[in-house]
Amino acid sequence: MHNLDAIVNEACGAFAATNDPDALEQVKARYLGKSGQITELMKGLGKLPPEEKKTAGAVINRAKGEIEAALNARREAIKLAALEARLAEEALDVTLPGRGESRGGLHPVTRTLERIEGLFRSIGFEVADGPEIEDDFHNFTALNTPDDHPARSMHDTFYLQDESGKVAEGILLRTHTSPIQVRYMQQHVERYKHLETMPEIRVIAPGRVYRVDSDATHSPMFHQVEGLWIGENVSFADLKGVVADFLRRFFESDDLQVRFRPSFFPFTEPSAEIDVAFMSGALKGRWLEIAGCGMVHPNVLRHVGIDPEKYIGFAFGMGPDRLTMLRYGVNDLRLFFDGDLRFLRQFV
Amino acid sequence: MKFSESWLRSFVNPSLSGEALSHLLTMAGLEVEEEETVAPAFNDVIVAQVLEVTKHPDADRLNVCKVDIGNYGGTGTPQQIVCGAPNVAAGLKVPCALPGAQLPGDFTIKIAKVRGIESSGMLCSAKELGIAEEASGLLVLPADAPVGQSIRRYLDLDDRLLTLKLTPNRADCLSLTGIAREVAALTGAPATHVDAAEVPVTGTATREIVLDAPAACPRYCGRIVSGVNAKAPTPEWMKRRIERSGIRAISALVDITNYVMLELGQPLHAFDNAKLSGAIHARMAKPGEQLLLLNEQTIPVDADVLMIADDQKPLAMAGIMGGEESGITLETSELFLESAFFAPAAIAGRARRYGFGSDASHRFERGVDFGATRAAIERATQLILEICGGQACPLVEAKADLPARQPVRLRIARVAKVLGVAFTGEQIAQLFDRLALPFTREGEDFLVKPPSYRFDIEIEEDLIEEVARLYGYDNIPAPAPQGSLSMLPHTESARPVARIRQILADAGYQEVVNFAFVEEAWEADFAGNANLIRLANPIASQMSVMRSTLFGGLIANLATNLKRKQSRVRVFETGRCFLRDASSSAVNGFNQPWRLSGLAYGGALPEQWGAPARNVDFFDVKGDLEVLLAPFVARFEKVAHPALHPGRAAQIVLDGKVVGVVGELHPQWVQKYELPLAPVVFELDLDALKHAELPTYADVSRYPAVIRDLALVVDQQVTLQSLLDGLAQHRPALVCDIRLFDVYTGKGIDSGKKSLAFRIVMQDTQRTLQDAEVDAAVQHLVEYLQSAFAAQLRV
Repeated sequence: MHNLDAIVNEACGAFAATNDPDALEQVKARYLGKSGQITELMKGLGKLPPEEKKTAGAVINRAKGEIEAALNARREAIKLAALEARLAEEALDVTLPGRGESRGGLHPVTRTLERIEGLFRSIGFEVADGPEIEDDFHNFTALNTPDDHPARSMHDTFYLQDESGKVAEGILLRTHTSPIQVRYMQQHVERYKHLETMPEIRVIAPGRVYRVDSDATHSPMFHQVEGLWIGENVSFADLKGVVADFLRRFFESDDLQVRFRPSFFPFTEPSAEIDVAFMSGALKGRWLEIAGCGMVHPNVLRHVGIDPEKYIGFAFGMGPDRLTMLRYGVNDLRLFFDGDLRFLRQFV
Repeated sequence: MKFSESWLRSFVNPSLSGEALSHLLTMAGLEVEEEETVAPAFNDVIVAQVLEVTKHPDADRLNVCKVDIGNYGGTGTPQQIVCGAPNVAAGLKVPCALPGAQLPGDFTIKIAKVRGIESSGMLCSAKELGIAEEASGLLVLPADAPVGQSIRRYLDLDDRLLTLKLTPNRADCLSLTGIAREVAALTGAPATHVDAAEVPVTGTATREIVLDAPAACPRYCGRIVSGVNAKAPTPEWMKRRIERSGIRAISALVDITNYVMLELGQPLHAFDNAKLSGAIHARMAKPGEQLLLLNEQTIPVDADVLMIADDQKPLAMAGIMGGEESGITLETSELFLESAFFAPAAIAGRARRYGFGSDASHRFERGVDFGATRAAIERATQLILEICGGQACPLVEAKADLPARQPVRLRIARVAKVLGVAFTGEQIAQLFDRLALPFTREGEDFLVKPPSYRFDIEIEEDLIEEVARLYGYDNIPAPAPQGSLSMLPHTESARPVARIRQILADAGYQEVVNFAFVEEAWEADFAGNANLIRLANPIASQMSVMRSTLFGGLIANLATNLKRKQSRVRVFETGRCFLRDASSSAVNGFNQPWRLSGLAYGGALPEQWGAPARNVDFFDVKGDLEVLLAPFVARFEKVAHPALHPGRAAQIVLDGKVVGVVGELHPQWVQKYELPLAPVVFELDLDALKHAELPTYADVSRYPAVIRDLALVVDQQVTLQSLLDGLAQHRPALVCDIRLFDVYTGKGIDSGKKSLAFRIVMQDTQRTLQDAEVDAAVQHLVEYLQSAFAAQLRV
């Protein structure tokens, strides 16, 4: 029966030499087709005597099995090769850039304002807003700033013309965000006037403010954030605690040095200027003025109908532009208002 | 307030380094804004006297000098020094740098030959010593300068200059006496006082003083000093002190008044007595009155300005500036000296109104010690007699009601409440003693009488600040504050502005911040605004009008960036706009709405390999806005807007309310603002975007949807919105969505027509739809469109 072994060998060889699925089926027919060699041998079994038929049949069947196995293996191999060829052909240069729009970004001062809002919200401060064209009362009078205070002069404050071209009486561009403090307190008092004790006021008020000043370190429009906490028991020590905590969180620097030194604002008493000093970096060791603050002046509380004997608290005002400059190492304030995409895109 | 440290230390000399002294002042609220040294470092420069000057044999411009260097180095031998200064002369005393001296600018003096002649040093100019910017020759020293003494010591060059940035409440520190008092309080070091003893009166002339406005001028001291020599030189020590305080030395009499002002804080004025007639009046200005001032300006004075006048004419703007005609000159031999107290309210703001200020007005408007009026005039008289000679005549004083210093009550418990630190009565008493604040105690309270030099102690909090200041702000703890923990509202039906900004940033827009005051032309061009809000005092003409639209700033941003070779620009801003508005909801007659505005220019996408290049158009930006507005769906209606292309502009309508506009910039402005392409811009009311809605659930159908596509040919003029509006009204209940998916014009479509393809989705939540009812529904829509819009079904 070594003739059969030869057939099996020949068939396996022929399969292996075939790379195409159709050709493989044709090769298969030579062995397993209607007149294939194995089929012919099967047909010849009938002529054998019964006692030989069984053993010869088994031998042929085994050979048939071997050929079928080889065929199937080859089929799989050809399919796999075809898949691999397709995958190779479909391969991309994955290093080409992705398609579509690129992201824009927020203004660096917006980033700062959002961080400030987030930090103060985390200890229960609300965020308030107010008009930029203000009146003399909210910008100055209610803030205990007397008529002849230097801050009221034509020199610092932008005034508006009325429709006839004259200077509009008592109308100005707010010079600070403190008038929001006044408006907020007025609303708060009105809202809770039915209560024996009004809830605490905890609010920050960010916004754009205006002063007649323009050089490398002054812009005629800039940003401020006002903060206010009024309650029955809010002290200067609390002011120090809140502001120092804020500054360390804002700059993410536990070793940031913060100092308070006496200063003067008409609307706070005692008043303080806040300086910080970094322990590392380009500005290491230098005291940098960062905010003004103090205990809200009793006259300010009285102006909005709050009893200064019962309620007490602090206010602070800081410059987010300066905080942004320190945070990101920006060295020219004017860049913030210039709209230069080459600068702004750095904050995406 | 600028002064020299050595002058301060002549009053109070704590054992602190210069640096520690500056820190002490800063932390006490007297911020040291600037510290300078009088001279840069140098050594081995002494006072020398030129003995002989002979021409250098080989150089025209050089001289060979024999110079006495005194006993310096123990030799006492005159030195030979070659000198090129034009003003060198025998007998002069000048600074001399000796061999080994290191001069500013890294310059070392050695024994050297100059054109063959040995020179053992260098005679110096002020510039070479770094104490002046310019010099035209040697620094000539006074004849009594001690030869051989170090020039640093002789000119007190190791002194430092401190500039205090004083807050307006601390007028008491606008003098050396005041600063010394403060340093003494802070350190405990004793302070000496200015000698202001009464001078012997030897003359008899006097002038009557009349207080016509006693509230504005409640105290006026005047004295005639006769027989003075106005040409006497000012002593070097005095000149140095006033110059180191930033005041120019002028003449002995002027210098003396300035010196006493720096010493005691009391501004003085000297009139030429010969030019006065009759009594001296402190009165308010008369109608139409004007005065030629020392600064050569003639000022018509308002009625609320306090004047010093004689019987015939105005002499000075009280406390602000003297008049030119009555002022002293070098020829003056008899002067009338004024030392007065003018009330801050009578002076404040007046000088600024006329566009100038003076050292005197700066002090008077903040408050001058009304207890030192006499001391100042005595001190000045004493110095005049010493320096200019003459006879002092009797001091005449007119006095009305001086400011009342009401006692201020301080409650010990209130200190703890305000500061968050408890103090005992004893501690507070000690602090007040150090500050020399006179007080009495009344149980748990202090009653403090503010001194005449403090204008900033009126209420309890002012005293609490004094306690805190002296105790040290640094020593007050900074605990984490205690508060009630109630949560803030977190409103889901409001969208935070931060979120709105982020959507635009994610869509490729970069946020900018532009000035709220703009060029007038922008308001006309981009808003058609004729009712401008003008600034009364703009810093520049291109920043003179308040904006009523954010467009101008964005278009300027575009122009700036194009200049900087940025070819694709997408920017946005949120900010307030300003409109005159008489309605009651407006603040002060101005509506100040927050707006959100954006601009897209250049490529629809950033330049890239994987997408065809194409310029941004109306629909790109409209798509961005639809994303921004979602889940709300706005209507876009054709609109005429001054900034925009009339055929490519829409107003954005939400719930029947116009909330903004979007469109291509009008070709006219594209040309005027020199833009290569038209940007697409939009502006929305920010408040409209802040609105959000709580999602509400609706059933999701379990039955399959049936989808039919429908292509219709209509006239070009028919807008999609009109079709959709009509369909919405006429659609059968089972139609749940009609969506446009294609617009086609061109081959196969008649000109003037367009083909619109709609996808119609039909579904029922309760059952599967039957073919017949679907067909009927579609047929119903087609028939409606045919009759209402003359639409033809495209097959």
